[in-house]
Amino acid sequence: MLRVEGLCKSYSTPQGRIAVLRGVGFTLAAGASLALTGESGSGKSTLLHLVGALDDADSGEVVLDGVALTLLSEHARAAVRREKIGVVFQQFNLIPSLTVAENLGFQARLAGRYDPAWQDELTHRLGLAALVTRYPEELSGGQQQRVAIGRALAVRPKLLLADEPTGNLDEASGDNVMSLALELVAATGCAFLMATHSERLAARLQRRVRLESGLLAAQ
Amino acid sequence: MRQTLWTLAALISHWRRRPGNLATLVLGLAIATALWSGVQALNAQARMSYDAATAAISGGGAGTLVAARGGLFDQDLFVKLRRAGLDVSPVLEGAARIGDKNIRIIGVEPVSLPRGSPIAHKRRRADVLEDFFSGEGRAFAAPQTLRRLGLAEGARPQTERGRQMPPLAALAEAPPGAIVVDIGVAQRLLDRPGKLSRLVIADDAAPDDERVKRVAGEALRLVAADDESELARLTDSFHLNLTAFGFLAFLVGLFIVHAAYGLAFEQRLPTLRTLRALGVAPPNLVVAMACEIAVLTFMAGGAGVIGGYAIAQALLPDVAKSLESLYGAQISESLSLDLRWFLSGLVMAGAGAVLAAASGFTRTLRLPPLSVARPIAWRAQHHRYLRRQGGLAVLALVAAACAYGLGDGLVSGFAVIGCSLLGAALFLPIGLAGALALGERLASRPLARWFFADGRQEISGLSLALMALLVALAANIGVGGMVEGFRQTFTRWLDARLVAEIYFEAATPADARDIEAWMRTQPDILAILPVWRTKTRIGEWPADIVGMTQHETYAAHFPLMVAAADVWTALYAEDAVLVSEQLARRLGVGVGATLDIPASNQEWRARVVGIFPDYGNPKGQLRIDHEKLKRYFDDASGVHYGLRVASDATSRVIDNMQRRFGERITRIIDQSELKGLSTEIFERTFAVTTALNMLTLIVSGVALFASLLTLSDMRQARIAPVWALGATRRELAGLEMIRVLGFAAGAALLATPLGLFMSWCLVAIVNVAAFGWRLPFHMFPAQWLVVFLIALCAAFLAALIPVARLARAAPTDLLRVFSNER
Repeated sequence: MLRVEGLCKSYSTPQGRIAVLRGVGFTLAAGASLALTGESGSGKSTLLHLVGALDDADSGEVVLDGVALTLLSEHARAAVRREKIGVVFQQFNLIPSLTVAENLGFQARLAGRYDPAWQDELTHRLGLAALVTRYPEELSGGQQQRVAIGRALAVRPKLLLADEPTGNLDEASGDNVMSLALELVAATGCAFLMATHSERLAARLQRRVRLESGLLAAQ
Repeated sequence: MRQTLWTLAALISHWRRRPGNLATLVLGLAIATALWSGVQALNAQARMSYDAATAAISGGGAGTLVAARGGLFDQDLFVKLRRAGLDVSPVLEGAARIGDKNIRIIGVEPVSLPRGSPIAHKRRRADVLEDFFSGEGRAFAAPQTLRRLGLAEGARPQTERGRQMPPLAALAEAPPGAIVVDIGVAQRLLDRPGKLSRLVIADDAAPDDERVKRVAGEALRLVAADDESELARLTDSFHLNLTAFGFLAFLVGLFIVHAAYGLAFEQRLPTLRTLRALGVAPPNLVVAMACEIAVLTFMAGGAGVIGGYAIAQALLPDVAKSLESLYGAQISESLSLDLRWFLSGLVMAGAGAVLAAASGFTRTLRLPPLSVARPIAWRAQHHRYLRRQGGLAVLALVAAACAYGLGDGLVSGFAVIGCSLLGAALFLPIGLAGALALGERLASRPLARWFFADGRQEISGLSLALMALLVALAANIGVGGMVEGFRQTFTRWLDARLVAEIYFEAATPADARDIEAWMRTQPDILAILPVWRTKTRIGEWPADIVGMTQHETYAAHFPLMVAAADVWTALYAEDAVLVSEQLARRLGVGVGATLDIPASNQEWRARVVGIFPDYGNPKGQLRIDHEKLKRYFDDASGVHYGLRVASDATSRVIDNMQRRFGERITRIIDQSELKGLSTEIFERTFAVTTALNMLTLIVSGVALFASLLTLSDMRQARIAPVWALGATRRELAGLEMIRVLGFAAGAALLATPLGLFMSWCLVAIVNVAAFGWRLPFHMFPAQWLVVFLIALCAAFLAALIPVARLARAAPTDLLRVFSNER
C-alpha cells in the first residue's frame, strides 16, 4: 500500500542547511499500523508531511497505492490527499466556521464520496451524536480530536496519518481517542501511520520504528 | 465544480461566524460604490440635460450655423440661405426671468425643424401645430420646468421685461429649464426683433463652408454636429473635478474593503491551509474566493448603487444651482438614469473588490498546505513589508514628479496629487514604525517597551486604515485650505470689483436712455457708469466685451494682476484692451500683446494693457473703453449700468427709480445684495466638493473603526500574556487607546504638509487648468489644528468600542487564548 524509499529533506536556517531526513525508507501494507517515535525535532512530522503529499522531498520516493507521489503535479497531489489520505493533526485543524456535522463530512464531500450512513456510523461510534450542531470552539480538546479522526475516516482513505493525535489531550482522553481510532482503522482496513513521542501509545500499534539523526531504526 | 461549491461553502461559513467582519466589508464596498456612482449619476444627469437641450432642437442633425464672431445675426441671412436652397431652420435663444427664476427662451420655426427633432415630431399633431401659430400661440415647457416655475398649463406668465408669454403647455420633449415658443414670439419676448442665434441644418449632410460663404459671406460659421457643445466644453472642468473627488472617495472606500478582506484572509488562513491539506488545489480555492467576491459585489455593489442614487438625489439641487449660476446650464432636478449607469456601478464595485482582494488571491495561489514555524518570521516579514512599502512610496513620488515635470493641465494636476497622496500614504507605516522603534529604544520600563514593540507588530494590520485616514485628512486640509483661500481672495476681489453702490438693467436701450437722462438731474447720483456689453468669440473661446467709462472709480479700485505703466491712459486714448486672466491664459497673451477682436464690421486690433482677475466666470472677458464699444460693436446691449451715489442715498435712489420707471427697469440691486448673491454662487460652487470631502473623512473613520474592531479579536492573543503577567485590563485598554490616538496623531502630522502640497497643486495647477485663474496661496494654521483634533476624535470614536470590549473582557476570554493556542 505505502512504500517509502531513500527520503531526504533538509531546511535552510540562518546557520545553514539542516538535514532532517537522510534516506528514510519503510513499507506499510493495507490494514497494517506503524508507530513513528523519536525525540522532538527528530523529523517525525516532516516525514508524515512528505508521506501525506503535503510537502516536497529533496530526494527519494513515496509510492501510495501504486502511485509515486513525488512525481505528481501539485494538482494531482491535491487529488491524492483528497481521495486517498486522511490526516489527523495534533492541533485538530478543524474549520472553525463549520459545525461538527459539516466538518465531519467535509473532506468526503470534496472527494465526492460522501456516504450519509457511514458518517452516521462514525458520528455514533465517536460519541459525537449530541454535538453535531456545535462549532469546534464549543468542544473540548478530546471532542475536537474525535471530530478530526471522523473527518479523516469519512472519506474511507487508503492511508490514515496521525501527527501526535493525543498530544493536546490528557492521558485518559488520549487513550480513549486512540482506542476509537484503532477500532475504526480496523473497520475501514486502511493503513495507519502515526507519529508520537509516547512509547505507551506506540506500543498499541502493530509495528514501531524510531527516527534518530534523520534515519529509521527498527524497534 | 463540486469541489468549488464545497470550498465556497466553507469560505462563506466564515462570515456566518463573523457577521461584523462581513458587515464591514459590505459597508466599505457599498460606500465606495455609492460615492463613485453618486458622482457619476450627477455627471450623467448633467450631460444628459446638455444633450437633450441640443437634440430637442437639432435632432442630432448635420450641424448648425452660428455668427462667426459669436452673438446674434440678422434674420435676412436665414432668408438668403433658404432662397439659395439650403434647408436650414432658425433658432433664437436668450435668457429671461419669470418671478425670481431664470429661464431660457428658445424660439423655433416648427415647420422647418429637422425631422429628427423631438419637437418637430409634434408637427404630426395638428392641434399642437395650430396652437403654435394661431391666436395667442403656445409656449411649450417640460413638465419638470413647469413644476420648477410653479406654473400650471394655460398660465401666461410675464417676463422681467413685462412681456407676456403665450399660454403654457406641457411638452415632455422640451429641454429642461427652457420654454419653446415660435421664433416671432421669442424675438418679442427677448426684445431681439429680426435677430437669430443659430440656424439648424436640416439636411442629412451639412453644406460645405464654401457654399455657406457664397451666400452669407464671412458672417456665419459652421459647427459640425459631432463637435462638443459649448456648454459641454465649458462644464468639462467642473465634471472632471467632481469625478476626481468621487474617485478619491472611492479609493478611500476601497481601503476599507482591502483592510476588511485582508483581515478576513488572515483570520481564514488556518482554514485555507486545512482546505489545502484536505486536497483542495490552489486554483480551486481561488475560483471559490472569486465566486465569493462576485456574491459580495452583487450585494454590496447593488446597495452601493442604490446609495449612490440617494447621494446624487441629495446633491443634485446644489450641483444644478452651481451649473446654472456658473455656466447658465439648466439641469433637470429629478434623476433619470438608465440601466447602463446601474451596471457601470456594479462593474466598478466588482473591479474595486477584485483589486482589494487581489493580494489574497495571489497569496492563496502560492499558499503551502503547511505553515513552517520560523522563529524570525514576523521580524523578517515586517522588514520585507516596510521595504516594499518604501520602494512603492519612492516609485509613487517619482511618478508625481514626472507628472509635474512632463504634464500640463488638469489630468497631470490630478496625477501629481494622486501620486503624492499615494506616496505619502505608503510612507506612513515606515514613519510610524521608525517612531515606535525610537520609542522602544528610549523606554526603560518593561510595559512601556512592550507598548512600543507591540505597536510595531500592529502597524501592518492597521496600516491600510491609517493610510485611508491620512489621505482623507490631507484632502481635507488641501481642499479646505484652497476653498478658504479662495473665499478670502474672492471677498477682497468682490470689494474691489463691485464699487458702484447700485447696479441696474433697463428693459430696452430706449428705456435706458430715458433713465440716464433722468439720472443726470439727480443730485444723489454722483456718477453714471454704463457697463454695456456684447458677445464675441476670440479663437475657440467665447468672451464678453464690457465697456468702461472714463472715471476715477476704475483707476482707483478695478483690480489688475499685471498692467502696463500707462494702463488707464492707454485704455481710453488708444486701441487698448484689458483681458481677463482666464482668457489671457487660454490665448497665451500677456501685457503688450495685440489681439484681433472680431467687431461688427471689421476686425479691431487692440493692445493688451492689463490682465485682471475674473473669478467665477467660465467665459473670457475683455474690458474696453465705453466709447469704442459703442463705435465698434453695433449690438452692444445699452441696458446695464452701475451708479455711484452718496453713501446714505442708496435705498432712496432705488426707491425713486422703481417708483418712477416701474417695469422699464428689469432688475435693480444694491452693492451688498449683489455681493451676497455672488458669495452664494461661490458657496454653491464648492458645496459639492466640501460634501464629498466630508464624506471621505467619515469613510476613513469607518475604515479605522472596522480595522480596530476586526483586529480586536486578534489582539487578545497578544494582550493575554501581558495580562497574565500582571497588567490590569484597564491599564491595557488605556494603552490600546493611547496607541490608536498616537497612530492617528502621526497620520495627522504627516497629513499637514501633504495637505498643504495638495492645496498648492489645486491652486497652482488644477484651478488654473480647470477655470483659468490662479489664486494666491494661503496657509491657515487654525484649520490644521481643527483637522488634527478631528483626526484624534475620529480615532477615539473608532477605538472606543474595541477598547471598551478589551477593558470589559472576561478573564475566561483571555484564558481561552492559552487553551486554543495554535
